[in-house]
Amino acid sequence: MKARDILPGLLVLALLALAPLVASNAALNFLLSSLIVALAAQGWNLLGGYAGQLSFGHAAFFGTGAYATAILQLRYGVNAWAGLAIGVALGALVGWMIGFLSFRARLRGSYFALVTLAFAEVLRILANAFDLTGGAAGLLIRMAPGAANLQFPSRATFLWLVLAIVAAVLLLTAWIAGGRMGARLVAVRENEDAARALGVDALRVKLGAIALSGGITAAAGCLYAQNFLYLDANIAYGTWISVEVLIACILGGSGTVLGPVIGALALHGAGEAAKIALNGIAGPVPGIDLMLFGALLILAVAFLPQGVMGGLRRAARGLAR
Amino acid sequence: MSLLVAEGLSRRFGGLLAVDNASLTVPEGGLVGLIGPNGAGKTTLFSLLSGFLPPSAGRVTFAGTDVTAEVPHRRAALGMARTFQIVQPFAGLTVRENIAVGAYLRHAARSEATRLAEAVAAEVGLAPMLDAQASSLTVAGRKRLELARALATEPRLLLLDEVLAGLNPSEVRDIIPVIRAIRGRGVAILMIEHVMQAVMNLCDHVHVLAGGRMIAAGPPREVCADPMVVEAYLGHGAAARIAAGGTHA
Amino acid sequence: MFPPALIAEAAVNGLLAGAAYALVALGLTLVYGVLHIVNFAHGALLTCAMFAAWGLHAAFGLDPYLSIPPLALAFFAFGYALQRWVIGPSSHGDDGNTLLVTLGLSIVLENALLALFRSDTRTLGGDAGFDVVEVGPMLLSRPRLIGFGVALLTAALLWALLSATDTGRAIRAVAKEKLGAQLVGIDPRHVYAVTFGLGCACLAVAACLLLPTFYVNPRVGNAFVLVAFTIVVLGGMGSIPGALLGGLFVGLVESLGGLFLGDSLGQLGIFVIFILVLLFRPTGLFGAKA
Repeated sequence: MKARDILPGLLVLALLALAPLVASNAALNFLLSSLIVALAAQGWNLLGGYAGQLSFGHAAFFGTGAYATAILQLRYGVNAWAGLAIGVALGALVGWMIGFLSFRARLRGSYFALVTLAFAEVLRILANAFDLTGGAAGLLIRMAPGAANLQFPSRATFLWLVLAIVAAVLLLTAWIAGGRMGARLVAVRENEDAARALGVDALRVKLGAIALSGGITAAAGCLYAQNFLYLDANIAYGTWISVEVLIACILGGSGTVLGPVIGALALHGAGEAAKIALNGIAGPVPGIDLMLFGALLILAVAFLPQGVMGGLRRAARGLAR
Repeated sequence: MSLLVAEGLSRRFGGLLAVDNASLTVPEGGLVGLIGPNGAGKTTLFSLLSGFLPPSAGRVTFAGTDVTAEVPHRRAALGMARTFQIVQPFAGLTVRENIAVGAYLRHAARSEATRLAEAVAAEVGLAPMLDAQASSLTVAGRKRLELARALATEPRLLLLDEVLAGLNPSEVRDIIPVIRAIRGRGVAILMIEHVMQAVMNLCDHVHVLAGGRMIAAGPPREVCADPMVVEAYLGHGAAARIAAGGTHA
Repeated sequence: MFPPALIAEAAVNGLLAGAAYALVALGLTLVYGVLHIVNFAHGALLTCAMFAAWGLHAAFGLDPYLSIPPLALAFFAFGYALQRWVIGPSSHGDDGNTLLVTLGLSIVLENALLALFRSDTRTLGGDAGFDVVEVGPMLLSRPRLIGFGVALLTAALLWALLSATDTGRAIRAVAKEKLGAQLVGIDPRHVYAVTFGLGCACLAVAACLLLPTFYVNPRVGNAFVLVAFTIVVLGGMGSIPGALLGGLFVGLVESLGGLFLGDSLGQLGIFVIFILVLLFRPTGLFGAKA
């Protein structure tokens, strides 16, 4: 793990940690949402960026984490922190199961993307139909502010908690990327057969990636639930989060340590800016931010195939010459 | 002691019998060639030996263990490494990182794997290119990279699939001593080759595959003079015509 | 349990609905068979077509069935332009990229519609959607009957186009062997664009057929995306008969699923089938290798 890999990231996060000193509550809320999405995107990045298996259904993990922690608190009186831990474990388990079924069936590329989408949809339909998850009405976590309940009325405190988790995952990603697991992930992504010929157990590598990915994204789901204290099937398992994490990674640079964080912040920032700008001209326009996301995705694929991080890296290499 | 023993291997694709009852052995530390005309089934046989295709019949034994049903990555762990005819570098990674993937098989720590990768790169002559992107290498460079990656897994047996294809004569001349040196330090090699100069130069023993069947086996000079082998390459009656007079078949 | 007549009725209605689904899937399978890309924008394009049909009815009182010719033409042109000047160039020939580009396109289209029409659900209004025809003991939906006929007709026309016209032959040539087709002077970019245009034209027809019995809102395409994919994967990517049979089957499952499991879980049957097919027989019933 080189300092070059993690220093910029930690710097960015440190800067963000100072935000409460200057930013309004609204701005802090915005930052918080962006960082939760960034965390979910970090999860996607491990599977889609490093292992090269594009998932269109990461909502499956996000929602599992969110519902797990909500249900455990509401129906079984489990502590919110334990709920977070269990949510992460469940997310990893769901990831492993989906991976086991898909990778054993040798699904790749579009087929894998489709099957992840289908799994997320199935979960959404189930969550919408059964009482356990509150059906169509959703679940309301009881408001009980306090660190013990993972509820922080102070935006600053919650922000620092999320920043700490994002930083931890950043370090984890850098550590993985720099070692054997990272080399194997990339090998499997670039050329699975060549990797197998070199002794890489491709199935195990992919399963590890999807389990880890599921766990991290589930953590984001738990934090989301704790922040908003309400969720339903469309919030938890809806396509919005699957799409946002994907675009964040592509935009920021998939397969890089900092890409997902930069991408999520940039994406959310652009969305808010668009909303504000258009608000001034034409009044509130629903969906304008998402439209922008879609357009950015197309533009990124067309002109910036390696995302912002790739572009920065090329620029750096250009300067170094 | 036979390191690799293939007995009666066959592989059927629907109506086509691509490999038909093929057998061969590679002794410990041996350098064996596998030759034959295009479409004979050589690469299919390699896939059977390395575990990428399950055989329809037959057995593969490696270092005394029956590996017929073993998956490729397990065979690599046992000491059988394979290169591909169409070179497949890990694009986007440097030469060092490419080779390291192989080194990681037996060395979990990054520093160890990197050191081994650098040593192997030096062995095949890629030391000056260690930091280059794999995608920027020439064909000759990529072939060496393919070789280096497999070597980094510290194999007992190397399956080389046309490692000389696409190289010009001087590049071939440069890589032959590299292969000889690898065998010199105890690694057995089974190589598919079309470049006869290399086969004659390097191999102790040669097997000839034509139409999926083994038609000859023996020292290189003997095999190349075998009329059945000549006919397999040049067509029916060619051997007789050459013997009858003149150099035309 | 349910009386057999009711089950039969649900089954037949399901089959009828399935024909329209098949038409949606037809476009998708055609695009995959020729361009070898999975078009994630398919659902959003259907939504656009449905809004267009609805719009024509709301603004000019045009009967959706009469809208078929103009809309089919318009959407052919739209599809052509999209593939030729947006999707094709952005993807740089990479399948993974095309996946992402069509996803981006679907987001843009869906949200553009959201911005223009807000998220209210709209219907055609009137009672035409509930017209029934008595066939023996069963009450069959009239719009679905019409839809069934028109869908089959459209499929037949498409089949004829592909087998008997020069354009159709060019399309089949590019699908089988792009380089060879180029060598005989066929421009693959044009052929790709034509194919995509045809796929969108099918969507336009399907939209007009679905409008009487369906609601319209910007999200309706989402519901269709996975259904269309299920059909295509079930029938085999690139197979037209597969799309037809798959569509009928899915219509059946949806209808019976809704009968036995109720509305909220009705759709579940489809996705479960989808997952099972992907895991155990991804080539589908008629398809070529993935």
